[in-house]
Amino acid sequence: MSETLELNTAMEVPKIALKGVKKAFGTKVVLDGVDLEIKRGESIVIIGGSGTGKSVLLKSILGILTPDSGTIQIDGEDTTHIGGRDRERALAKFGMLFQGAALFDSLPVWENVAFGLIQGHGVGRKEARERAIATLGAVGLGPDVANLSPAELSGGMQKRVGLARAICTNPEIIFFDEPTTGLDPIMADVINDLIVKCVKDLGATALSITHDMASARKIADRIAMLYKGKLIWVGPVSQIDNSGNPYVDQFIHGRADGPIQMQIKAF
Amino acid sequence: MHFLRAIGRATLTFLEATGRLAMFTLTALSHCVRPPFYFRHIGRQMVEIGYYSLPVVGLTAVFTGMVLALQSYSGFSRFSAESAIATVVVLSITRELGPVLAGLMVAGRIGAAMAAELGTMRVTEQVDALTTLSTNPFKYLVVPRLLAGTTMLPLLVLVADIIGVFGGYLVSVYRLGFNPSSYINNTWHYLEFMDVVSGLVKAGAFGFVISLMGCYHGYNSRGGAQGVGAATTNAVVSSSILILVLNYLLTGIFFS
Repeated sequence: MSETLELNTAMEVPKIALKGVKKAFGTKVVLDGVDLEIKRGESIVIIGGSGTGKSVLLKSILGILTPDSGTIQIDGEDTTHIGGRDRERALAKFGMLFQGAALFDSLPVWENVAFGLIQGHGVGRKEARERAIATLGAVGLGPDVANLSPAELSGGMQKRVGLARAICTNPEIIFFDEPTTGLDPIMADVINDLIVKCVKDLGATALSITHDMASARKIADRIAMLYKGKLIWVGPVSQIDNSGNPYVDQFIHGRADGPIQMQIKAF
Repeated sequence: MHFLRAIGRATLTFLEATGRLAMFTLTALSHCVRPPFYFRHIGRQMVEIGYYSLPVVGLTAVFTGMVLALQSYSGFSRFSAESAIATVVVLSITRELGPVLAGLMVAGRIGAAMAAELGTMRVTEQVDALTTLSTNPFKYLVVPRLLAGTTMLPLLVLVADIIGVFGGYLVSVYRLGFNPSSYINNTWHYLEFMDVVSGLVKAGAFGFVISLMGCYHGYNSRGGAQGVGAATTNAVVSSSILILVLNYLLTGIFFS
């Protein structure tokens, strides 16, 4: 009886919950009261123009930046101001694919992928290497790339190694920071497919930020749009075309005319 | 009123920078004594700083010793005090020139490399990536460099002392025609334990400052290639100046 009750409560607690998160750098307000709940196993994509605070939002959840006010909860635990061991414990649930892949160029590919296993989880180097090669296989890279240096790889391959590194420790939550930026459309779609597959295989909760609508439609269950530090629209991906929100319409159709005015100085 | 405002702003900026550096130093030091320790990285940095700096430091030391012998000969021969040359060479090298010149050379070589490497890691988000992989960037990047710098520079300076004295010996014996055994005798005769130790303590302090400045400026660099360039320059300039200032302060403490 009590087990079912606990299970039910666990189902109801959102994986990540943001309440009134605000962050400013000097006088520039980047996040202006963001509220968002992400359910377990859900894939949310945050869209928005450049400089609207998407990266700041991700870094705030990770604890790399501390919000000025508001709370961030992970599995119901308030992680807004934790540090040290508690922060490390919270971070162990995360995996992240960075925009530029952010591979460690001083380490070979396999050690990049196995980094979280070796440093964070204390797995032996031999076993970690085997698991890294298996994970590389899951993102479509052969064992021959394992000993290469990241600098020897193409952009698409670096992204795939970055993805392998993000999923190698079987994280509960994965963040994708503009996963398709800088890739050709075909490679971008390969990465999208891999993201969908990896998230599904792991049963992980995913939070992505992008301004590539094709990518967003493919990997999202729900889409949220960030504009001027606020989430102005949140809804299922199927409703994005009928959002009734002029800002969202302008963004997804990529129009220069509309309520969002780019600040371009006239010369 | 404008100049008052300028003074105020400069003062505030200076205080802010000092505070930030102090916080960085304290955080780094607190991580030095708390596990986990990355011994593999500490070892790698020790080899990078200690072993690979040997040629630069050795060359600096041998030429400094040689020039010291020549210069003091041209001065001391005017009042027939040539026998003091060996003492002048060994005291100058061990107390001052060994640690300071080795420190400045290592600041250029290692401080710049640290700032450039950490700065590039910062701007390409590799530092943030470490955090997401449950690895504290202070422990993984800063602590090994601080420990290696502080321990390796005294060893480098010890080698520099020996090579510098040898440089003075070469010039005195083969160019100025001194008797080899009396030169070595004179070298040892007036040398005190404290002369060498004070130089090595200075070297440890300089090594700490070089690594700290390299890590601080690299870790906090912003804004792409230009930011990394600025971080590198700042690391070398600030550590060089701090070495010269610290050298005066430490000399004052040791020989007051």
